Amino acid sequence: MAQVTLIEAVTMALAHEMARDPSVVVLGEDVGVNGGVFRATVGLQEKFGELRVIDTPLDETTIAGVTVGLAAQGMKPVAEAQFEGFIYPMMEQIACHAARMRNRTRGRLSVPAVWRAPWGGGIHAPEHHSEANEHLFTNIPGLRVVLPSSPSRAYGLLLAAIRDPDPVIFFEPKRIYRQYKEEVPDDGEALPLDVCFVLRDGTDVTLVTWGAQVKETLEAADALAAEGISAEVIDVATLKPLDFDTIHESVKKTGRCVIVHEAPRTAGFGAEIAARLAEQAMYDLLAPVERVTGYDTHIPLFRLEMKYLPSVERIVAAAKRTLAAS
Amino acid sequence: MSAPAPHKVRVTREHARELLRQMILVRRFEEACVEQYGAQKIRGFLHLYIGEEANAVGVMQALTPEDAVVATYREHGHALIRGIPATAVMAEMFGKAAGCSRGRGGSMHLFDASRRFYGGNAIVGGGLPLAVGLALADKLRGLARVTCCIFGEGAAAEGEFHESLNLAALWKLPVLFVCENNRYAMGTAIERSESVPDIRRHAEVYGIASETVDGMNVVDVEVAARRAAEAVRAGEGPRFLENHTYRFRAHSMFDPDLYRDKAEVETWKKRGPIVRFSQWVLETGTLHQADIDAIEAETAQTIADAVAFAEAAPPEPVEDLLRDVYAPRPAAPEPPAP
Ligand SMILES: Cc1ncc(C[n+]2csc(CCOP(=O)(O)OP(=O)(O)O)c2C)c(N)n1
Ligand SMILES: [Mg+2]
Repeated sequence: MAQVTLIEAVTMALAHEMARDPSVVVLGEDVGVNGGVFRATVGLQEKFGELRVIDTPLDETTIAGVTVGLAAQGMKPVAEAQFEGFIYPMMEQIACHAARMRNRTRGRLSVPAVWRAPWGGGIHAPEHHSEANEHLFTNIPGLRVVLPSSPSRAYGLLLAAIRDPDPVIFFEPKRIYRQYKEEVPDDGEALPLDVCFVLRDGTDVTLVTWGAQVKETLEAADALAAEGISAEVIDVATLKPLDFDTIHESVKKTGRCVIVHEAPRTAGFGAEIAARLAEQAMYDLLAPVERVTGYDTHIPLFRLEMKYLPSVERIVAAAKRTLAAS
Repeated sequence: MSAPAPHKVRVTREHARELLRQMILVRRFEEACVEQYGAQKIRGFLHLYIGEEANAVGVMQALTPEDAVVATYREHGHALIRGIPATAVMAEMFGKAAGCSRGRGGSMHLFDASRRFYGGNAIVGGGLPLAVGLALADKLRGLARVTCCIFGEGAAAEGEFHESLNLAALWKLPVLFVCENNRYAMGTAIERSESVPDIRRHAEVYGIASETVDGMNVVDVEVAARRAAEAVRAGEGPRFLENHTYRFRAHSMFDPDLYRDKAEVETWKKRGPIVRFSQWVLETGTLHQADIDAIEAETAQTIADAVAFAEAAPPEPVEDLLRDVYAPRPAAPEPPAP
């Protein structure tokens, strides 16, 4: 069994699925010869050849559109955006075509494609290279939006995303690409999509998060435990379709909920979870729902970056507010 | 290797000195950036222009302060030669509030509205439509100004490149397009990315007069840029320069640079813009070694001052985190007297 980082788990999943399923192809800027900007596709072209690991020119809109065409033929393309900010030109094809194909053809055509992109802040890079923009995709019907938070979930969820019959946006938290290693067997076992993962059981407050913030949130749970507060931690993993039941079950138990994400606050995906809580869990709540988020601004350069991103302290303080309120 | 003869232009001693000074300023500035990056004073991404200085320096000679510049993300040189003080550029690299983008732009988003420097641009190809819009505004208001739009050959694969050339030509807009063709877009050699690697031919298809330029020769670049800018300024519509150049360093500080032959890099280094121009000014007696030494000494001081300034400058206060997302609202008027 291999000890791998999150990015190595991505490579491992891609290689596994390419070997298993000849219809899987990888395409994008510098994914072949160069092995990707972050080296996620390293070694794949040597192994699978230029027809299955395709270096494209610098043309995101067309990469995304070509991906739709490949997928509509029943192939399983996995396209890479070099950074989450370069997925914006891809959005045209993803939103206008990929997401709608099944509905538009009443199920006769589908787009079993994956768009992978390094995502989020914390590597000291500016703007387009550091933003969390998952909420722009969660409002598009027909898309799945998946965000792994550990090497094993990156492996299992990417396999599931590639095998899924519908288009998937797969955001990879680049801050934790190489942060730690974990034992991940290369056994081809996919993890389920559309379910949340309960990472830690607790009884006093439910902390809900995804992506790189899972790390801070688990640390916050440790800090709370040291003060005798028992926090349950949920990694949402698939934002859309949302497994609200798991969150609701937890809140029935704890009566309190803190949602943590690094995207800007207003209309971030936390707002959707808070709305569902208001709709369906009102009488289970003992305190107002709290959100710990990025701010309504563009992520600042490295000097203020850590002031922007949710911190352990902010999460702990929010959890304590829910306890103080009830 | 014999020095190039700068054709059809008389380079005065003063002008030669200025061209050399500007190229050396850009080179030494970036060398200092590498050092500061190593010291973690500059973080994140750093894309060096080393080897390509003749392009920014040559092109800027053809522009007036009224003209506009839209640059790419590899724009330290363009910013400096446009006249943004080295102190303000270095402070920006450091992410300090005294920087030309007040510490919010960083290396890739140097801006200076007062100098009509409309930024570096981290989105490849993103500057072209902006430049067309700036030029359209000038045309609509009857202003005889040039918008100079600088980008790498990688941008030619983006749809925005083609759409922008078409529009600028169709509406005869005053844009000077300058493609800095350094043969690589990150790890992708131009032959692997363009069906027609001769970039200027794309411009010709849209009916834009174009020229291929030796982007390693500052005088050639200046001559071509002056000719093109004059035509643009005279209302003849857009012009396009394809400057053949080369970056001596990796794409960024993270790039292991495995995709090019070391011998290829060495060959181009021999044609380096500073080496070559220095050789020419010395051989022709236009300048003497003492002049070059003086430029180096003066530049070293400028750079040391810039680093010291950036070092001492305060970071943006955290209270300003949400500033400048929207225009400040004027205070609500007093309610009318009852
Ligand atoms: C829209 C977009 N896609 C991808 C990138 C990532 N990227 C940054 S620089 C670069 C290569 C650009 O090459 P070129 O335009 O030739 O400029 P050069 O680096 O050679 O100066 C790429 C692909 C980006 N910045 N923007
Ligand atoms: Mg290039």
